[in-house]
Amino acid sequence: MQEKPIQHRLVIVGILSLMAGFAVVTYSSFREFLPELLRGALVTIQVTLGGAMVAVAAALIAAVFKMYGSLFGRWLAIFYIEVFRGTSALVQLFWMFFVLPYFGITLEPFTVGVLALGLNIGAYGAEVIRGAIQSIDKGQWEAATALNLSRMQTLRRIILPQAFVVMIPPWGNLFIELLKGTALVSMITLGDLAFKAQQLNQNTLRTVEIFSLVLIMYLCLAMIITSLMRALERRASRGLVRGRAS
Amino acid sequence: MMFEWDWNYTWEILPILGEASLVTLQATLLGFVLAAVLGLAFALLRMSRLVYIRWITTAIIEFIRSTPLLIQIFFLYYVMPEFGLTLDAMTAGILALGVHYACYCSEVYRAGLDNVPKGQWEAAIALNLSPYATLRNVIIPQAIPPVVPALSNYLVALFKETPLLSAIAVLELMQTAKILASESFQYTEPITLVGLYFLVFSLISAALSRQLEAWLNTRHGGSR
Repeated sequence: MQEKPIQHRLVIVGILSLMAGFAVVTYSSFREFLPELLRGALVTIQVTLGGAMVAVAAALIAAVFKMYGSLFGRWLAIFYIEVFRGTSALVQLFWMFFVLPYFGITLEPFTVGVLALGLNIGAYGAEVIRGAIQSIDKGQWEAATALNLSRMQTLRRIILPQAFVVMIPPWGNLFIELLKGTALVSMITLGDLAFKAQQLNQNTLRTVEIFSLVLIMYLCLAMIITSLMRALERRASRGLVRGRAS
Repeated sequence: MMFEWDWNYTWEILPILGEASLVTLQATLLGFVLAAVLGLAFALLRMSRLVYIRWITTAIIEFIRSTPLLIQIFFLYYVMPEFGLTLDAMTAGILALGVHYACYCSEVYRAGLDNVPKGQWEAAIALNLSPYATLRNVIIPQAIPPVVPALSNYLVALFKETPLLSAIAVLELMQTAKILASESFQYTEPITLVGLYFLVFSLISAALSRQLEAWLNTRHGGSR
């Protein structure tokens, strides 16, 4: 589904530079918005990075528990995955922000944003990891047993390195979803890109310029993630037999 | 700090939230109809013989898929009036949801269209069918049923994104819950109820989607 020929990227780069050029020429006033928006973008990047770390950790733990855990562990993992996939990200964000204080847990908006978005994406990621591990040929397990490797050794040295390559593209999509999701943190008063956009919009009412610029900035961030994941995929699939991992 | 669930308050707000959930469902259904129709149009445009149409469609889809829905909602709601198109909040929200998910749906349709054997196209040419008749009577009826489960996943995803409409003050479930909460200073009950509502609907629709998939498999199992 994510298989994209090289022209697609060229098209996007072309359109992007066109839009950027158009923007710069038509609205030189962009210069006055850019510093504030860049500050917002920094928060967006921080939330994305933090959320990504939480997501990967949560997904790994949940996937391992769901596949190899005790009955209780499995139950816990399924509960986590279903709850976070079944309710919407904004509801989770609001719940952690407004309801957790009633349980005596008051968190900073930044922490709430990172935790809620990370756990949300982690729930999807857990299924990605599980799918990737299960997509590895059974013969690999059998061969490892024949070589007298323990279960943990097999998982760590044989299965995961192969599964890793399979799960990079879906994780790339999830990180883009995460980046898009960070716009929600503007609704719990965190000063990210979306928040700054609304603030500037209210102060200057130069709606077209601001929101166009913000959309382009999000697109750039998404493209950075895409190309990073491509590079990672190329690196990770080095030395693997082609065709097996895809 | 002691925590208590206030049942009286729960019963008091339940009818109000129930009413608001109708707005949520309305936005979901209208948004998805738009997504399904527009998504098919995008998918067909991507198959166009003209290279520029293909590229422009691809670029638009990539652009919409890579930027946050929230900003797109703001864009439609705040920017469109400057071009003379003033939308009320609900319409802007439904449009944004529909267009955003049309891009996801177009990928699904594309997979379905790619899976129709090439011989079907060639047979349609041999029978001298017009391009329209080929699509309408031969290709689309074969392309769509296998991808219905994937489409239904996006219906659920769209449903879960409707709380974003609260950002432009559409009185859907989340916005109503927030208003109730800020009036009574009791946040726990309204927001938890909204979460439960989404959870229940998502679980039900996930089960339905599995049934649908199983049914489609038995129906099409022989031919595919």
